[in-house]
Amino acid sequence: MSAFAESEAKETFVLNLGPQHPATHGVLRVKLTMDGEYIVEAEPVLGYIHRMHEKMGENRTWAQFLPNTGRMDYLHALAYNHGYVSVVERAAGIEVPERAEYLRVITAELNRVSSHLLWFGAFILDLGGFSPLLYAFDDREHILDLLESVTGSRLTYCYFRFGGVYNDIDENFVPGTRAFITRLRGRMPMYHNLVTKNIILMKRLQEVGPISAEMCRKYGATGPVCRGSGINFDVRKHEPYSVYPEFDFEVPVYEQCDSMARYMVRMDEIEQSLRIIEQALDKLPEGPVMAEKVPKILKPAKGDYYHAVETARGSFGVRVVSDGSNTPYRLKLRSPTFSNLSLFGEACQGMLLPDALALMGSLDLVIPEIDR
Amino acid sequence: MHVDPEIIRLLAFLIGVIAFAALNAAYLVWLERKEAAHIQRRIGPKEVGPFGLFQPLVDGIKLMTKQLIVPAGVDPVLFKIAPILVMVPAIMSFVTIPFSDTLVARNLDIGLLAIFAFASVNVLGLLLGAWGSRNKYAVISAARVVSQNVAYEIPMLVTVVTLVMISGTMNLSKIVGLQMGGFWHWNIFNFSASPLMPVAFLIFFICMLAETNRAPFDMAEAESELVAGAFTEYSGMGFGVFFMGEYANIVIGASVATILFLGGWDCPLGLFPGVHWFLIKMYFLIFTVIWIRWTYPRTTFYGLLNLSWKILIPISFVNLILTSAMLKVF
Amino acid sequence: MIDYLREIISGTWSLFVGLGITIRYFFQPVVTVQYPHETLPMTPRFRGHIELVKDEETGETKCIVCGMCQKACPSNCITVNGEKREGVKGKVLTEYTLDFTKCSLCGLCVESCPTAAITFSKDYNLAGVRKEAYIFDLKKRLEAKN
Repeated sequence: MSAFAESEAKETFVLNLGPQHPATHGVLRVKLTMDGEYIVEAEPVLGYIHRMHEKMGENRTWAQFLPNTGRMDYLHALAYNHGYVSVVERAAGIEVPERAEYLRVITAELNRVSSHLLWFGAFILDLGGFSPLLYAFDDREHILDLLESVTGSRLTYCYFRFGGVYNDIDENFVPGTRAFITRLRGRMPMYHNLVTKNIILMKRLQEVGPISAEMCRKYGATGPVCRGSGINFDVRKHEPYSVYPEFDFEVPVYEQCDSMARYMVRMDEIEQSLRIIEQALDKLPEGPVMAEKVPKILKPAKGDYYHAVETARGSFGVRVVSDGSNTPYRLKLRSPTFSNLSLFGEACQGMLLPDALALMGSLDLVIPEIDR
Repeated sequence: MHVDPEIIRLLAFLIGVIAFAALNAAYLVWLERKEAAHIQRRIGPKEVGPFGLFQPLVDGIKLMTKQLIVPAGVDPVLFKIAPILVMVPAIMSFVTIPFSDTLVARNLDIGLLAIFAFASVNVLGLLLGAWGSRNKYAVISAARVVSQNVAYEIPMLVTVVTLVMISGTMNLSKIVGLQMGGFWHWNIFNFSASPLMPVAFLIFFICMLAETNRAPFDMAEAESELVAGAFTEYSGMGFGVFFMGEYANIVIGASVATILFLGGWDCPLGLFPGVHWFLIKMYFLIFTVIWIRWTYPRTTFYGLLNLSWKILIPISFVNLILTSAMLKVF
Repeated sequence: MIDYLREIISGTWSLFVGLGITIRYFFQPVVTVQYPHETLPMTPRFRGHIELVKDEETGETKCIVCGMCQKACPSNCITVNGEKREGVKGKVLTEYTLDFTKCSLCGLCVESCPTAAITFSKDYNLAGVRKEAYIFDLKKRLEAKN
């Protein structure tokens, strides 16, 4: 599609997709060198929202870092909670009761659905369709109400604790969640009819923004970005944690490598998350939600520990180096969106600007998570 | 003193037309916000006046009290004349539109040609305004608008030529006169002239959307593309005049579509024709224009041009040849 | 040629289907709540800022001034002070200040209190014009509530 004739003297100009821009979700600056309508080079400039979470981790006790995990990627905060809590439990050797594990999975998957719904709305908004955003937010309100009745917060959850969760669910949660699953399953055909099969959107996304599998491997892209390029890698299946091995769900993988493939991966993931939640609600055991002997001042044994979880954006890894005291010695957070964004510079060469924006939207960027 | 009744009539029509255009420009914004809101299952403006009906007035007051910033280095003549060049042809096109068999300012025999001639000046105004703004993004955006308008004028004019062939006249009142007597006489269902008449209506409607820069063809005004559009440097009432011009163009486009295809002031069952039917049909088409904007995403610039050159123009030429063949044979 | 025509027809049909969906929603009732004319009830677990709990028997707070909440807070926004009075076993609370400009509503303080003396309030209408209005004196608020 890009009939791009090489000429000797290219008169290029620099266009700044500045930190304040409606299409870069967050404060991301991209310096684009353009030749007329085509992009010659793109350089993302990060750091506008660097809040030093990793340094804060060194100065806070293990429990005091918990609110920070919800602020990095605020759209799927519970998975970040899960990653941090799991690595500390691995370090300190704390066993989590079954009911707590099931509650963790249910709430984290509900959060994944709400994150994908928001991505869907914002992506179509970038492309110029204003109404699907509000329909997606209508569904998302139900999830937020459910999670508010359990945790008390609507966006930046601080619900998981070492050894379990903060408090148990009330009696309205299970019927409410089942009603929501039925409702969202009834709405998904509407989204597909209104958006996915729309000829304008198909022309906008098909064969736009190809990201090959080698490019994903080179930059370490995970999550729906690599699954839209044919690489079948999902941490929940390949490095299972918590009680995920007990559920029967599929990992959607598409081979086409274009923006439409990444879009379809996320829409299918919503359906698979609903399946996981349904099975977890059926199997939810009784019991305590908090482990019994969790010391108030936690001092894990010395060593180097790592744990990865699958968030809505990819594989989030936490590496913790403990020196036996009550604060971590080093806390390293492997952010999936940072790896996903780093392939933008190479992937958008020779593309038109609207196509590059569609590619950026399909990567599902949350900038505070890149800058931590 | 004897005043020529013709002058009184002209004055009455002048005031009426300008008032109609201004009222439409103001209250179409209200209609758009309310309709968009209900499509998205929320209520639009509701605080200012009942159902938010005073919202356009307070918005107008706000626009008028804003400082008219004229940036340094702009071409003063072009910059100031551009909004006028966009607004005036739209109002002038109202002169030949017949609202009913007696309500028409000047029933020109070449009324249809006049309307399309005025519509082309609109594009010139936009280009001059962008060029005079001395802003490279505005120039790029205006260049796109010009190529979009050129590409979509062709299928529109070919469809109009088809209709002129069927009706045999360019006089708008006479075109409606041929469609009186019930909806089966309307041009959209005129299968004796050509089996593709509903398709011709669809082509005309799509071209009207593209000519007035409405979504899904609103590359000129898209926010997330080139930061701003052709109107970057205009603030306050200058922007307000462009805005009014855009809505006046939508009204003209809807009126022309009603006259050419939907039978003008004819009642669907042929009972009580009158100006009220014209207004009902025109506002139904405007409702559809707004409805389309809030349903679809935007096309890319190349998708837009592909649609015109590769799809609409071939189909409209096929329609033209088919119509002329059928007129010759039957 | 056939593909070209098929794409035009299926594309146009998809456009009409989309229009049908939006017009269906046009005629359905709105789902928004017109705040501030209408408000929604808060869930019992909603996390507003913390407040002291009144002990039913003594009429005072349950706080024993152990300082666990102050140590647990990641943002250092709680200040607890107490004094020893004669005839009273244990410390008596004299000052409990919450600097709400720094609070992140994590709940570590509520969780760490051994006597359940603090809990989340349901207060969300917190707009103000001065920063000093957000340094809450929780002891005074408890006395004002009685």
